[in-house]
Amino acid sequence: MSVKQSALPRGNTRENNSALTKKVVLRTLAYFCLLLACFIALLPIVSAFTVSFKTAEEYSTTNAMALPQNWLNFSNYKQVWEGNQPSQSLLRAFATSGLVVVIVVAVSVMMGSMLGYVLNRFSFPGNGLIRNLFLVATLIPGIAMQVTTYQIMTDLGLVNTLTGYIILMSGTDVISIYIFLQYFENLDVALDESAVLEGCTYFGVFFKILLPLTKPAIITVAVLKGVGVYNEYYNANLYLNSGKYYTVSTALYSFSGPYKSQFNIICAGVLLTLLPPLIAFLVFQKQVYAGLASGSVKG
Amino acid sequence: MTTVAAHSLRRRKRINWQKILLIVTFSAVPLFLLALFTYVPFAKMIKFSFFDMSYTKNKGYVGINNYLKVFSKSEYVGAMLLSLYYMAGAVVQLALALFFATLLSNGIKGGGLFKGIIFFPFLVNGIAIGYIFKFFYTRGFVLDTVLQSLGIPLEKLPYWLRDQSINNWSLVFTSVWKYCGQNMVLFIGAIASIDPTLYEAATIDGANKWQQFKAIILPGIKTVFMLNLILSITGSLSAFEPAYVVGSMGANGTATFFIKIHQMAHVNNKVGMACAMAMVLMALIIVFTIAQRLFFRYVMKDADNTFNSKANKAKTLW
Repeated sequence: MSVKQSALPRGNTRENNSALTKKVVLRTLAYFCLLLACFIALLPIVSAFTVSFKTAEEYSTTNAMALPQNWLNFSNYKQVWEGNQPSQSLLRAFATSGLVVVIVVAVSVMMGSMLGYVLNRFSFPGNGLIRNLFLVATLIPGIAMQVTTYQIMTDLGLVNTLTGYIILMSGTDVISIYIFLQYFENLDVALDESAVLEGCTYFGVFFKILLPLTKPAIITVAVLKGVGVYNEYYNANLYLNSGKYYTVSTALYSFSGPYKSQFNIICAGVLLTLLPPLIAFLVFQKQVYAGLASGSVKG
Repeated sequence: MTTVAAHSLRRRKRINWQKILLIVTFSAVPLFLLALFTYVPFAKMIKFSFFDMSYTKNKGYVGINNYLKVFSKSEYVGAMLLSLYYMAGAVVQLALALFFATLLSNGIKGGGLFKGIIFFPFLVNGIAIGYIFKFFYTRGFVLDTVLQSLGIPLEKLPYWLRDQSINNWSLVFTSVWKYCGQNMVLFIGAIASIDPTLYEAATIDGANKWQQFKAIILPGIKTVFMLNLILSITGSLSAFEPAYVVGSMGANGTATFFIKIHQMAHVNNKVGMACAMAMVLMALIIVFTIAQRLFFRYVMKDADNTFNSKANKAKTLW
């Protein structure tokens, strides 16, 4: 932009000055709006952060926004990490959620990449039908079907089992298939052709040649699906409610019982649950943004 | 000559078997799960909506009675109308997202940091959002303290989650807080794909920023904008998260239609009725989706659904 400015004819200096002032004012306004937006985005989280360091006494006597006396008071964190009973410890919930996330992500990546490969590389009667079956499924709001899905899960004896919850969460989602489909579209078919001419099977082409090349798509699907499954609470609450298994979400949900409105303790739990998505986001920022974009085109 | 042809025929036949094996093994599991968790429950939902039944007992066929009940009880119609709050919120959210996306696409210093901060709420756990905002809205806590420091006395402030004249707006705000950044990221992506020489040409022609926004950015992101609008509006129809986690399962008149379905099925155990309600919700969502798609297929003339268009001219290798 600055290059453009200097390229303009140097006419009336006063006019240039007023244009410059206008530009500075607009820039300042822009920064002001962005800072305000960041303030609003951060305020609820930061206030939860500050209150999590307060002792019970401090919490009941000081204003909610007053800073804690001791920033190193980790007693609330210790409390939620260990829990009143072992079943409510966040440590255990993290282990459960970790297991669920790893399995569901692995299954989603395998299913998405395999189906993407089949639909993109092979023509067969039914190719279009399969694509349309998945496309129409996006029109049916899954949330509307939770009543009958619950009944099916009951019939299969999968309610209150970790296996059942994992199978339900791995249930085909169009976004991962779509991301792989798009990715295979951009992988040159000459790769497959030469491998097949050299005697490689189709299975070999997929596992040895194409799958290693889809690493960026795998990361995108893994991060999006992983964060989604980690944050999921509706199904976890419905299908794992015997008190035997707690995911991070349902463990957090159960806090409202023992800790009622002791937000100093609850917020320590809230902050701990925010860490994994925050770290994943900081490390894989690019893939998160790219994945969102491809997810939005699916329509 | 004939031996070569026969050989190649044999070879092709062998490859075909391998191809069939691969197609079947690679697509069986996803298709099975798609049927199990989408099409079977869908068929059952249609059937159950005509029965008076619970999870364990079926008291018989009742025709369209369940549907009539949905529309005759003001309780359900009122719950449906609550989605208007969320639609209004969705419009504000899209406008804000577009505004910030435009600002951030103008080479602002620290843009990546602003973008990350505004986006982060999208990744926050829903239950965590529930607690964060209960704390935020509690009388005399975070929001009230901020407003008091701006000079508004506490007596003039409402109970944000209890006062029925305002509590639905409080919940809508939590939804805007969560999703605005996500929409913004999508808009930034769309704006980045606009040919940069267009701005240069416009600058040389003397167009100011507002004119550039209207003439270049808006048309350039039309498709993404419309898709987001559709998703936000249909999302508003099935809104439940804010009322479920922040509004304590729809207390104080914040129960959206979805919350009513949930309670009907899992609290009152009336599965038939819940299925009829879910059918109504789905019909509404489909009507809205189709209406908006038609609108921008015929009015905007470029509703390009990539997935579908690729399905129609499936470009395959083998």
